[in-house]
Amino acid sequence: MSADQEQQSIRCLVAKVGLDGHDRGAHVIARAFRDAGFEVIYSGLHNAPDEIVQAAVQEDVNVLGISILSGAHDTLVPKIVEGLKEYDAFDDTLILVGGVVPDDDKAELKELGVAEVFGPGTPMEETIEFVRENAPER
Amino acid sequence: MSATHTDLLADLLDGKHRALARVITKIENREPGYRELVSELHTHTGDAEIIGITGSPGAGKSTLVDKVANYYRERGETVGVIAIDPSSPFTGGAVLGDRIRMASNVGDMDVFFRSMSARGSLGGLSTATSDAVKALDAFGKDKIIVETVGAGQNEIDIVKTADTVAVLVPPESGDNVQMLKAGILEIADVFVVNKADLPGADRAVSDLTEMVHMRDGTPTPEFGDGVEGYDWEPPIVETIAKDGEGVTEFIEVLDEHHDLLESTGMLDAKTRTRYAEEIRALLREDANRLVASEIESRGGIAELVEAVFERETDPYSVADEVITPIEDCIHD
Repeated sequence: MSADQEQQSIRCLVAKVGLDGHDRGAHVIARAFRDAGFEVIYSGLHNAPDEIVQAAVQEDVNVLGISILSGAHDTLVPKIVEGLKEYDAFDDTLILVGGVVPDDDKAELKELGVAEVFGPGTPMEETIEFVRENAPER
Repeated sequence: MSATHTDLLADLLDGKHRALARVITKIENREPGYRELVSELHTHTGDAEIIGITGSPGAGKSTLVDKVANYYRERGETVGVIAIDPSSPFTGGAVLGDRIRMASNVGDMDVFFRSMSARGSLGGLSTATSDAVKALDAFGKDKIIVETVGAGQNEIDIVKTADTVAVLVPPESGDNVQMLKAGILEIADVFVVNKADLPGADRAVSDLTEMVHMRDGTPTPEFGDGVEGYDWEPPIVETIAKDGEGVTEFIEVLDEHHDLLESTGMLDAKTRTRYAEEIRALLREDANRLVASEIESRGGIAELVEAVFERETDPYSVADEVITPIEDCIHD
């Protein structure tokens, strides 16, 4: 391979926010994204919204996947969206939410700018396909 | 340079983090026009101190980097970190997990931390790393820390990028024959025995001490003529990075080394050597591209292989044939 060849890669931040210590799902996603050929940055547990914003901006990720199993999505996600806007990073970051989210809240999250909400039992291929099709270009 | 790149460069020099992040992405992706972008960066570089951190996986590199960055911030300096993790040889995918350890600097945008995948390159440093260092330098970072893939015994690319190289050695890293081997232990300007509270740390320190004493002075870099008085014996620092122990001593050693580099002219010698390497590397890339297009114009590599496979010709003759027209151009 010529070193000058363009080497695009989809970069994803898999983020755990808030007081939610369940990271098995996030690990499974990180691994599946890796195997799909994505570059995955994993945030670790218990992050505040502004830490996630800092990571998303600095890492210049195409995709931000937020895993929340604590039910606090309606307070945490708006803060992240706000932070991304502050750094002009909102428009070209695909925001996904994974976790247990009631239908009413789903609509609200989508209105905020979340592209899709993936509930329990979503086949991995579906999520990967969604990312491939919708990840904003760099 | 395209209009977007011009704007991006202006924003980067203006201190916008988003622009810095995007420039690094363009460098990583080798997007068309990225070379012009990096060319433009060059005039704005040269002020940052570049520190390389290497060592085996799990030695504690990221944890130490976190504590060092935090220390610099408390001194009022800005920090850029590039942390490289391996990529899959099969899918090209990667899990970049060094960021998790950066607990001391969360929410502080003046520590700009960027994870990079090695994207298949050997030697532990992604080929784009030195360009990314330039972006951080031009942005105005005071200190830039490059953390390599935790690869092992041949992690030597880092010397080409960094002013000061720290090699982390965990306790229990083998007997003293390991210390005789060439490679990673030769490139250290400072050794850090991390996890110094674990058994085996004393042994590692004494083995390293013995090895350092047997050193025959520092190898001179290519542009090292005229350097005088650079007699640096790599110190051995003990740290417990997770508790922040020994970090102050480590930074004192880094500062001391940098002062000596500056006062003896070694810093300039290293920088010149780095530019020479960079020019050569770029020319190799360009030459590779010329050769690749010459192969294409001869019907592609598969056709050449077939002829060799059928014993009509051999690899040496094919190589001669392909290179001759290029050679002729040069000698004209």
